[in-house]
Amino acid sequence: MNAKKDYVRPIDFKHGRVDMTHGGGGRAMAQLIEELFLRAFDNEWLRPMNDQARVPVAAGRLAMSTDGHVVSPLFFPGGDIGCLSVHGTINDVAMAGAAPLYLSAAFVLEEGFPLADLKRIVESMAEAARSAGVPIVTGDTKVVERGKADGVFITTTAVGVVPEGVDISGERARPGDRILLSGSIGDHGIAVMSKRENLSFETTIESDTAALHGLVAAMLRAVPDIHCLRDPTRGGLATALNELAHQSGVGMQIEEAHIPVRPEVAAACEFLGLDPLYVANEGKLVAICAAPDADALLAAMRAHPLGAQAAIVGGVYDDPHRFVQMRTAFGGSRIVDWLTGEQLPRIC
Amino acid sequence: MIPYLDEFRDGKLAQVIAARIVDEVLPGRRYRLMEFCGGHTHAIFRYGVQDLLPPAVELIHGPGCPVCVLPVGRIDNAIELARRPGVILASYADMLRVPASGGMSLLKARAQGADVRMVYAASDALKLAQDNPQREVVFFAIGFETTTPPTALVIRQAAGLGLRNFTVFCNHVLTPPAMAAIVDSPDGAGSDLDGFIGPAHVSTVIGTQPYEQFVAQFDKPVVIAGFEPLDVLQAVLMLVRQINAGRALVENEYSRAVTPEGNRKAQAAMADVFELRDAFEWRGLGLLPHSALRIRERYAAIDAEKRFAVPPIAAHDHKACECGAVLRGVIKPQECKVFGTVCTPDNPIGACMVSSEGACAAWYSYGRLGRAQA
Amino acid sequence: MCLAIPARVVELLDDDLAVADMGGVQKQISLALVDGVGVGDYVILHVGYAIAKLDREEAARTLALFGEMGAI
Repeated sequence: MNAKKDYVRPIDFKHGRVDMTHGGGGRAMAQLIEELFLRAFDNEWLRPMNDQARVPVAAGRLAMSTDGHVVSPLFFPGGDIGCLSVHGTINDVAMAGAAPLYLSAAFVLEEGFPLADLKRIVESMAEAARSAGVPIVTGDTKVVERGKADGVFITTTAVGVVPEGVDISGERARPGDRILLSGSIGDHGIAVMSKRENLSFETTIESDTAALHGLVAAMLRAVPDIHCLRDPTRGGLATALNELAHQSGVGMQIEEAHIPVRPEVAAACEFLGLDPLYVANEGKLVAICAAPDADALLAAMRAHPLGAQAAIVGGVYDDPHRFVQMRTAFGGSRIVDWLTGEQLPRIC
Repeated sequence: MIPYLDEFRDGKLAQVIAARIVDEVLPGRRYRLMEFCGGHTHAIFRYGVQDLLPPAVELIHGPGCPVCVLPVGRIDNAIELARRPGVILASYADMLRVPASGGMSLLKARAQGADVRMVYAASDALKLAQDNPQREVVFFAIGFETTTPPTALVIRQAAGLGLRNFTVFCNHVLTPPAMAAIVDSPDGAGSDLDGFIGPAHVSTVIGTQPYEQFVAQFDKPVVIAGFEPLDVLQAVLMLVRQINAGRALVENEYSRAVTPEGNRKAQAAMADVFELRDAFEWRGLGLLPHSALRIRERYAAIDAEKRFAVPPIAAHDHKACECGAVLRGVIKPQECKVFGTVCTPDNPIGACMVSSEGACAAWYSYGRLGRAQA
Repeated sequence: MCLAIPARVVELLDDDLAVADMGGVQKQISLALVDGVGVGDYVILHVGYAIAKLDREEAARTLALFGEMGAI
């Protein structure tokens, strides 16, 4: 009689839940890694299943970035924590003008988390990584007791290579430079908020989560000497501009009328008492370049699908106070300050 | 775009009204106008309305921010309630970061384990109670007359449903007594004010009628204004005209939402559920008689102060805090000794800095430009 | 104080509830504090409750009179 192969019951992704054995380092964990992560992320560097991935060394300066993702809710219109974690870290590397090459992903799973949701998230990550052309080459999984994590926390790290001659950095903004924005603000934050309990409202707003390295590459082809790039995530456009103004020791002036805001985002902000300038974005960037380059840069952005609504929103000037000022559509002027704490909806 | 909102923000019309104001201010005459309501403070700063006004017109920011006028002791009470085992404290987001005694806040209490939940509407708090029958839900009710009718409705609903696990910690306050207290203040600061921009949505509920006594008593004009920047500009124009003519009338710029008698249905709901407290401690204005509401005896089962025997806490503001003077328009935010140094939006000492409507927070975030250039 | 915005009633529901639309965002609101509001009417919305019906004629009148000469 032939010896039966060891029968390993396949993971029940429909009804199963994460339990402590999945993080134990034993057979259950190995099975989860193989049946879920490996299958979804599959690539030549991940397949050997070592504790590390061995990848060819790229010539030039490496750009590296890491991000922890704790978004709640995990699934929101236009995306989920999975693709968000891929896009977000790719974007951080892309903001140096670097071409992202490899990703790593570490998961902290909460005991009891439905495997169906985990599968959905992992497959979303795989799809995002595939579309971006950036493989996930190594990873880690841990499980914590019920109540110690919000379902799942994902930390991703990306490495990329900064092309020769490219020097994009937050302290390079100079008086006279122009400030460009790649598209409408507030979409992601409002999409996420629309799914929060106690705030539920119906809207067609979707998160703008996207990998921006393609857009950045197109921008660099048109204008190699971009001074600054930043993606306005938490804290919104206002925070990104204040950071840049502070790093560069300059002031900024922007025009409210030139900042694209989708009507629905504006409406949601109105009734929640939020300011779109402070609402998070996950698929937009701010660029600062010398004035003579602005038109070419704008054209390059608008020619790319992720920059179709791009606009020149203002300029940089000399200001020891490093204020970011805005001329309101109304005709007055106000300071756009740093965000204080977390922006909460208000009744007053 | 949002109809009936965007048209009232039109920059070109703003220029028209502003030009009228410039034309009509009398040479050598000052116009000190207080906007009572935090929503107006917010609009003024957010749109930069002051930039369009001539220097003769000065806008002073009043105490119309229910977050700002709530005394520390009441927030201490709310925190203490939230800390009780089994309690879920439901609160509007505005209150979460307000500093109470010992630097504590509802948000900090939550970080320490208290179950504090943010709600957008009073009905959400009711729903929390229905969804969590084994927990005690306490709704931290704050606000002026605009926010009071919704609380009245949920109290009635809870009573009608026979809900045993829902109570309301009532901190609703009234506008006309506060306005009177400002003008009538012992240090005489109120007499330096020439006119009032009256609150928009409080007036939607109470009507314009309640202000008649105020203008008769203090001989100062009141113009009820909508929240949009054009409304505010127009109200300034109307006040300038009244002041020039020596008039002290109640005028209604926000006629699209305010009538002389107000919302009778809302008033009836409030009268059914609430009655006047003899007196209530206001931050910055002291003890004011007949200025706040408490839940009537017939709804005692829904009154958190009764169910939990909430003690009166006579807490005081931080010694260095000058919120009281700011709230009454006696000093400007930047004249407070701790403004912008020890007291900032990130580390607020007093309520004026926490609420984005508070004069100090608004000035800090939006108005620092003027200060830096001065 | 009292953040309230104009919203258009698009559907009436039971129990004094309705669906309102603000610039494309829809939310369930309560009409318990107002009378005689129908589909197509605008209301002033505060913390999930309509506190008044917006008078559209008055709104037009107000706009027309902004900055006009003479006393109103």
